[in-house]
This record gives sequence, C-alpha cells and structure tokens, in this order.
Amino acid sequence: MARAFTPKVVTANDLLEGDVIYLTADDRWSRDLREAELITDEAHAQLRLLDAQRQVDKIVGAYLADAVAGENGPEPTHFREDFRRTGPSNYAHGKQETSPQPRA
Amino acid sequence: MYRYSEFDKAFLTERNKQFRAQVERRIDGSLTEDEFKPLRLMNGLYLQLHAYMLRVAIPYGTLNSAQMRQLALLAEKWDKGYGHFTTRQNIQYNWPKLRDVPDMLDALAEVGLHAIQTSGNTIRNVTADHFAGAAADEIADPRPYAELLRQWSTDHPEFQFMPRKFKIAITGSEHDRAVIKAHDIGLQLVERDGVLGARVLVGGGLGRTPMIGKELSDFVAFDDLLAYLEATVSVWNQIGRRDNKYKARIKITVHEHGIDAIRAKVNERFLQVRPQFKGADMALLDQIKAHFAPPAFREGSVAAFESAYSNDPVFRSWIDTNIAPHKQADHAIVTISLKKHGATPGDATAEQMRVMADLAEQYAYDELRISHEQNVILPHVHKSDLPAIHAKLKEHGLATANIGLISDIIACPGMDYCALATARSIPVAQQIATRFDELKLEHDIGHLKIKISGCINACGHHHVGHIGILGLDRAGVENYQITLGGDATETAAIGDRTGPGFAYDEIVPAIERIIETYLDQRESPEETFLQTYRRVGMAPFKAALYPEARANAA
Repeated sequence: MARAFTPKVVTANDLLEGDVIYLTADDRWSRDLREAELITDEAHAQLRLLDAQRQVDKIVGAYLADAVAGENGPEPTHFREDFRRTGPSNYAHGKQETSPQPRA
Repeated sequence: MYRYSEFDKAFLTERNKQFRAQVERRIDGSLTEDEFKPLRLMNGLYLQLHAYMLRVAIPYGTLNSAQMRQLALLAEKWDKGYGHFTTRQNIQYNWPKLRDVPDMLDALAEVGLHAIQTSGNTIRNVTADHFAGAAADEIADPRPYAELLRQWSTDHPEFQFMPRKFKIAITGSEHDRAVIKAHDIGLQLVERDGVLGARVLVGGGLGRTPMIGKELSDFVAFDDLLAYLEATVSVWNQIGRRDNKYKARIKITVHEHGIDAIRAKVNERFLQVRPQFKGADMALLDQIKAHFAPPAFREGSVAAFESAYSNDPVFRSWIDTNIAPHKQADHAIVTISLKKHGATPGDATAEQMRVMADLAEQYAYDELRISHEQNVILPHVHKSDLPAIHAKLKEHGLATANIGLISDIIACPGMDYCALATARSIPVAQQIATRFDELKLEHDIGHLKIKISGCINACGHHHVGHIGILGLDRAGVENYQITLGGDATETAAIGDRTGPGFAYDEIVPAIERIIETYLDQRESPEETFLQTYRRVGMAPFKAALYPEARANAA
C-alpha cells in the first residue's frame, strides 16, 4: 500500500542569491517559510513542483519538503528544513540577519 | 613561492573569462542548471544549504602576504567578513552571490590564486606538509613537486571526467603531517643512492569505506614519477567503477583488484606512457625549484626570546604548544590557532587575515601556510621575533595556546552550511572546546586529536581522529557516533566504533566520560590518549560510555 501523503511545501534556492525560498499560493517566491503554500493534495503537489521547476531563470533545485500547519503558517518537520529556514547556528547570518526566527 | 609565468597568467585569464560568460548565460536563461552545474563545479562554485559557496585552492597550503590580503579582501567585499579554512588546504567563502563570483575569481587571479578543480571528478588541490621547507625532519621540500603536479593536473585532458574525484598529498618527512595514507595517492619523498624520488601509496581514503593507503612502489625516482602517476591515474580512470558512485574511488578499485594486480597494470601502462615524458617535466621541475629556494635566514641573538620565555607564563605556554622545531636552530615554526575556545574551527575574519599577512611580511620572510588541521602557520620565524608576534596575535584573538590539544578540533562545516551534511559539526566542536576550557583540563590531558564530520563523507577526518565524531540523521534526529584510536600520521589507523551513538545534547558529556576514563587509566601524564587506548583497548571506555549495558549484562 502506498504511504499516506504528508503535507508539503515547494522549496528551492534563489538563482542569484542562493538563499532558501518557498513557493507561495499566489505564485511568488518568499524567503519566509510561514508564507509558503502548504500543499495537502499529492496531485496538486506534483503540479506545483512542475510550476516551480519551469522557472529555471529564477530558482535552482526545487523539491517538495515535508511541513505541518503551525499557528503562523507552515513549519518544518525535519531539522534540516529547520536550519534551511533559519540559517547557520554559529553566526546570526542568512535569514537571521533580516528576519529573526528563533528556533522552536 | 611559485610566481606565475606569462603562460599561467594567460591561462587563468582565459579560464576566468570563459566562466564569466557561462555565469552570464546561466543568468539570462540560456543555460539550464543541469548544463551549468558541471561548469560551476569545475570552478569551485557550489550551491550549499543557505547560499553559494566558493572554494578557493591554496596549492600545497602556501601563501604570501599579498595573497592572504587578497583573501581578506574577498571576505570583506563579497562575503560576510570571514573565510573558512578547510581540511584540504582550501578556503571557502560561504555567502557569495552568483553575479559576484566572476569578479572574485578575477581578484584571485591578480595574486596567482584560483578555484579550478576544487570540485568535480578531477585531480583536486594537491596538498602538502604544512611545515614543508621549514621542518627539521624533512629530506627535501615537497612543494616544488606539488607545484609540478598542480600544473600537470590542471586541465589535464585525460583526467577531466574521471569516475570520481582524486586527491593527492605529498610530504618530505618520514613523520607524516599531510595524512598521505588517507589520500587516493600519497607521496613521501625519499632519497636512494643520492637520487631523490618518492614512495608511492595508493588507495587510501576516508568516507563511507575508510581505507589506509597501500604501498604501490617503495621508490620511484623523480625522473619517472610523473609518468608513473599518470599511469596510475590512467589505470584507475579506465577500470574504476562508474556504475556506483560509492564504489568509484581508487580505494575500492585497489580493494577489488588487489594491490598486486593494480601494480602490474600500472607498470604495464607506465611502459606505454613513459616515452611521452621526454624530460620536459624535469626541466620544468628545475625551474620551479628555483622559486622555492629557502629565504636568507637572518642571524641574531635569541636572548630576547629566552628572557620572555622565562618571565612570561602566557608566552611560555604558547611557545610550548604552538611552536615546532625549525631546521635552523635559531628559527621556529609558529602555528597560529584558528581554534579559539568557542569559535568556529578554521574561520578567520578579514581583519585576522590581514594581521597574519602583516606578521608574515614583517617577521616571516613573507610566507604563510594553511594546515589541513585548519590552522595558519608562519613557517620561518627568528626566535627573537616570537614575543612581538605573540603580542600582536593576542590583540586579535589569535594567540590561543592549544595546538595538538583537545580544543584544536578539526570540524567540517556540517549542517550549518553543507548541503550533504546529516548533522551539525561546528556547535559540537564549539561546545567541547568551551567545556574543557572551563574545566581547565586541556593541558593536563595533553596531546589529543578530536575530529568531527557532519556526514559519512568524512571531510572532518573523523576516522583518523584519536577521538572521532560522526554526525548522522537517525530517524529525523541528530545522532553522533564515536570512534576511538584513529591516527592520521605515519602510523595511520582507522578508529573503532564505541557502540550506539549519542544525541546532540549527550555528545559533550560522552566525550567528558571518555576523557575521565583516559585520565583514570593512563600510567603517567606522559602517556598520551592514543597510547593509553592502544594499551588498554576499548573496554574501559565502553564501560564508561554505556554503564546501563554493563548493568544489564551483570
């Protein structure tokens, strides 16, 4: 039996900056996971991933990452995605420089 | 120091021009990422977790002050004010923007530096003993040969699309500071009947299948060495496995075919290749050697040094840990620690880079080295200058007296930066260093190498750490395996796993229990951790790490 589909967000890196970005429901790329479209339907997820992958002059390496609904929008389920949405832990660089996102 | 010829300069200018055009074509959409990726990797540009990363080669770990200042400029102008020195004598910039990278490469070219072949399935930056040309125990300076290898391997047409990457390390000393036994090819310079040559080791490597290099030849004279190395890489390039990335390195080829069969194939290929080498390489080597002539060592009294050593305990402690013997008795080799307690191992700010460049220019015949242990070396310093150097280093957070001690940790970038990582390395290193500094046990513990990798690829050399730590993802949680008894020197050994791993918040206490056990077990303060481990074995450490297992067994 196929495994049950778990909610996803579409994420990638920005082509010019390299920064982690997320696809929003209104077709923008946001640097904030909380703004991402949380996709609960598998077929829709595949379509959204294709939408993302077509944008070769904007983004690199789009994929579906597991996420869950949180109070302020999607939240990561795995620590790798938690680091990606935050930045490194040895310096307050990356996203921590502009939009503080204390780790839960 | 090697100075670029007109040919070198023209080659690099052309190469950088090509890459600039490739970046432009990527940005305007004419190249897809699949097309662009191999091109950017050939030029040292990765896409990591949060940003691009540019890996710049520091060939055989040697820099002059102008080059170090340029590295500082790159850090300040196009990055976040710092750089990360790696275990393969490279420097990595963690935050470049794609559009800026061509300018960064041009700036590097101005001082004879590049990022070519710091990635991809090519022959990578040739690394060398960081004390080369200065060590009291060396037969010859290995760097001229390393430079010859750099020129030979750069854009070598046969070796651009190999089964996997290929790493060469070279040392001129019996005492191995370049980890030659964990490289695809390890070279140790040896002299036989007045002829200089190399002992050739092959098939060493860490990663998911760690192997200690085996002897391919006990002596190949310099005249034949380049042909012999070309034959070796060529044999592997043909028979190395391309069906499975994890079985592609030469260590697996050597393991599957056996060293004797590989030697026979290499010898056969060598006979074919040898006539193509008509002596031009040796003529070139002679020219290169002239670039590496030792400086005119100055003479003078060392009284100022001796007086500071007797009177200043902080200076004395630094001398006792961070200074190595130089071939000139009145000179010393200074290792500048990039491992201040609690700092990121191997990181230096632009300001620190400039301070080190200034010191090199003023006191060290304009030479710097980067070690695979992620520290910086002033290879030639007259002893009377040591107090002034120490004072300057102290002002800039660079005078930590911990070389070879528990806080002199190798750590890969781990999941704080690396896209391949399965767990973090840097915070584990920071916490261990901070903890043992608080306990004030560091100097009592003595010589101890901790090496941490954030994934099985082992950039942090954990297999050859006296204590190795490997960070893994176990069911979505960071988990750290420990190995004991590894050794990166001429007596190289792969460490033994202690048992089940430890959670992120359990790893520092686990290391503490290992150290308590060592202090308890050692016969005298002179017996190092590694010696104790070799004498008593795993059992007491296991008992300390897994008391519940012992209780259950009882």
